[in-house]
Amino acid sequence: MSTSTPSLELDRDIGNFFYDVKSTRDAGTGLTEKTIDYIVDAKAEPDWIRDFRKQALRVFRDKPLPTSWAGDELSAIDFDAIRYYLASGGATKRTWEEVPDDIKRTFERLGIPESERKFLAGVEAQFDSEAVYSNIKKAVSDQGVIFVGSTEGLKNHPEIFRKWFGKVIPTGDNKFSALNSAVFSGGSFIYVPPGVKVKHPLQAYFRINAENFGQFERTLIIADEGAELMYMEGCTAPRFTTATLHSAVVELVALKGAKIQYVTVQNWSPNVFNLVTKRGLAMEEAEIKWIDCNIGSRLTMKYPGVVLKGRKARGEVISIALANDGQHQDTGAKMVHAADETTSNIVSKSISVGKGRATYRGLVHVPKHLKGCKNNTECDALLINSQSRTDTYPAITVRGTGNSTQHEASVSQISAEQIFYMQQRGLSEGQAMSLAVNGFVNDLVRQFPMEYSVELKRLIDLEMEGSVG
Amino acid sequence: MALIMPACRPTSRPDAGCATIMSTATAPPSLLLPGAVRSESPPWFQELQAAAWAEFKSLPLPARTDETWRYSSLKALSLDGYSTASETSADVRDLVAERALRRRAGRMVFVNDRLTAIDDPDPSLKDRGVVFTSLEEALGTHGELLRKHFMSQPARLGSQKFAALHRALVRAGTFLYVPQGVELPQPFEVFHFVDGENASVFPHTLVIAEPLSKVALVDHFISLDASAPGFACGVNDLIVRDQAKLAYTSVQDWSQAFVSVQINSTLVGRDARAMNLALNFGGRYSRLESVSRLEAEGGRSDMLAVTVAGQDQEFDQRTHQDHLKPNTTSDLLYKNALFDDARTIFSGLIKVEPGAHRTDAYQKVRNLLLSENAEANSLPGLEILADDVRCTHGATSGQIEEEELFYLKSRGIPLPAAQRLIVRGFLNEVLDRLDNPELQEHLRSEVDRHLL
Repeated sequence: MSTSTPSLELDRDIGNFFYDVKSTRDAGTGLTEKTIDYIVDAKAEPDWIRDFRKQALRVFRDKPLPTSWAGDELSAIDFDAIRYYLASGGATKRTWEEVPDDIKRTFERLGIPESERKFLAGVEAQFDSEAVYSNIKKAVSDQGVIFVGSTEGLKNHPEIFRKWFGKVIPTGDNKFSALNSAVFSGGSFIYVPPGVKVKHPLQAYFRINAENFGQFERTLIIADEGAELMYMEGCTAPRFTTATLHSAVVELVALKGAKIQYVTVQNWSPNVFNLVTKRGLAMEEAEIKWIDCNIGSRLTMKYPGVVLKGRKARGEVISIALANDGQHQDTGAKMVHAADETTSNIVSKSISVGKGRATYRGLVHVPKHLKGCKNNTECDALLINSQSRTDTYPAITVRGTGNSTQHEASVSQISAEQIFYMQQRGLSEGQAMSLAVNGFVNDLVRQFPMEYSVELKRLIDLEMEGSVG
Repeated sequence: MALIMPACRPTSRPDAGCATIMSTATAPPSLLLPGAVRSESPPWFQELQAAAWAEFKSLPLPARTDETWRYSSLKALSLDGYSTASETSADVRDLVAERALRRRAGRMVFVNDRLTAIDDPDPSLKDRGVVFTSLEEALGTHGELLRKHFMSQPARLGSQKFAALHRALVRAGTFLYVPQGVELPQPFEVFHFVDGENASVFPHTLVIAEPLSKVALVDHFISLDASAPGFACGVNDLIVRDQAKLAYTSVQDWSQAFVSVQINSTLVGRDARAMNLALNFGGRYSRLESVSRLEAEGGRSDMLAVTVAGQDQEFDQRTHQDHLKPNTTSDLLYKNALFDDARTIFSGLIKVEPGAHRTDAYQKVRNLLLSENAEANSLPGLEILADDVRCTHGATSGQIEEEELFYLKSRGIPLPAAQRLIVRGFLNEVLDRLDNPELQEHLRSEVDRHLL
């Protein structure tokens, strides 16, 4: 199979447009204490947040880029050239009609809020730094579910917010969690009261519109005892020639017996550095499941994790990554077992097309004196072209005799026989390739909500178009 | 066997023992000093050793942030207090006899980096051009070959500093050269003994198997005092030319207080076959780096290890399967049995370089945890830059199945014996890969010796 440069305009065109929206609030380029003061003042945040942000800025400056294991791709980020806060001002709108026309146009083009009408229990849309629209169905809010932007959460629900904010992912966790802690803006705050099972998913939509802009949303989701919730997020950005940075922090807390599913379909444009820290804390018999799909961005580094803190807690990461020309999807999972009888499962499938590079990086930790812990990890990689690249770097620590882990990885390609077989039956080579790739990820795609799995299949078809020849 | 008394040898180091400066209050933390260059070494080698010493001094010790030393207990690597092993009169003949192969192609015995015995070489082997001699001797007789191949491969897995130290201080080891088309059915065996407290040795092994040749070598590393601390920094370079077959085995049985770094590099030619098996029993901290480079089409490398880890031992194994050309195969199987407070680290990488299409590469590490405090770390890695490859890796950690124990107990086998049987079976799967039944049996008894 020879390599070709596939034309990928089609899929990205969904998000590849931008409107010249006047931002009335702009913290300028570069990052100093003044930037932080600007953000805190613009958002009228309490002083403890100002201190928290400034402390985080110091940590960010002290921490080196993780080049020792991540290589030097990150050094392409010019932190001084990035704009850290952009907003058009005003409070988050509750009805679609109130959203300013130019922003509304953006989201309507992306199919929001039509999708909301169909099946969502609530939706939040973030435009550059701030949530511009947030709505939750009455039936859900009547159950006591809180679904607001993070700024609103920290102002209006400090008693819940402060208890968990920064507790799952401390500021100093890594350089980018520190950066996010310094300049975070937007993202969701969700609280589901005990026993409440939210039937329909809550959704957030993230949009970067401005050039040289960094989006640093902060999401905190708390499912109280026995509560259940599914949350979905999607992301797009127009394709600028300069690098854009997206560095989110997402913290999940599942209290006793709670269940959280967090679904991401990431389709950033290929100029976006997507460096995200995501972690959940699962208490006794709680379950956290990350379903993570990465198709866009220039470089994604994202390893959703679960700290299994209570007995019989369960963590799961389902990961699909597709890396095309010029892309590096460095994704994986972390499972930290911290209680007896905890179980975790990681299934990762990656596809490398053209000169794309997909990497699985994982960590499984089972410390001493735990009993009955189990981890299963499977990583499968599919290589489409001769210049495609795939890597796997797991790290597994197990102590004691009561636990077991297994890790397996395989690398393969689509066999010529498969393609020949399908061509025999009248499919073009491209169609056959698409079908084979979809077959490769099919068992994972089926775990996505219907709308997302359909969308995902379509995205894969589009990415595969022109990849053979 | 002809015993060579140390005194009869045009020796070596008149200042042997003087390398230790114990008395001076201002002694540097490490008592290792650059070899007073031996006048009989060729000038190029003297220069090489001097440059290596400078390199060793200039390189930093591994740090916590070095990815190649992730999970390692770095404090074990302080070289404080060691001195180069001095001459000794220890008699090792019984120990050699106890572990010797019944049939062998030749044997050398080193004590404290000094050759004390060498088999009278079979004249027919000599006539066919086989060279089996000490490094020291070979520097005189086969200088050109050594100049070309002596540590021609850099340390790729983190031990550059220790490779430089070895290069600077090496004084003993094996030079084995097998000419084209010569097939040797029996293995050579080499013993490296260490005697004394805080002694350090730098055993070297260089094997060159010319095209179509076949050869096997077993290296034994043994401390005379099972509790004396010491330090070993060894290198084994295996060069397997087109269609040649080489089987190398190391049996590491240093004292429980020993620290060792062993650096292996294997180069595999066209349609050649290399097998490298490490049996790891001794040492407090043992670092093993093993690199197989498949440099020509059709080459195959088998990388095997059996580790019995007990007490507070740490085994730190790093491997690299480097596929540079199409149609090459590598197959790695490492098995660790962990007792007591033992700790193992396995970090392995399969790398398929651009253009190395139709590579078959396998990597499997199995950890059997037999105690509450044992810890196994596994970092199996893949980097694939070619296509049409078959690569898999697997890492498992677990304990003995209750059902297996129950089965054995119900047949009247007491628990400890049952456990031992299961561990033996677990480890034997690695030895089953050997194609020399006699050597296999011999190594099984080595494993059994350490499972009692």
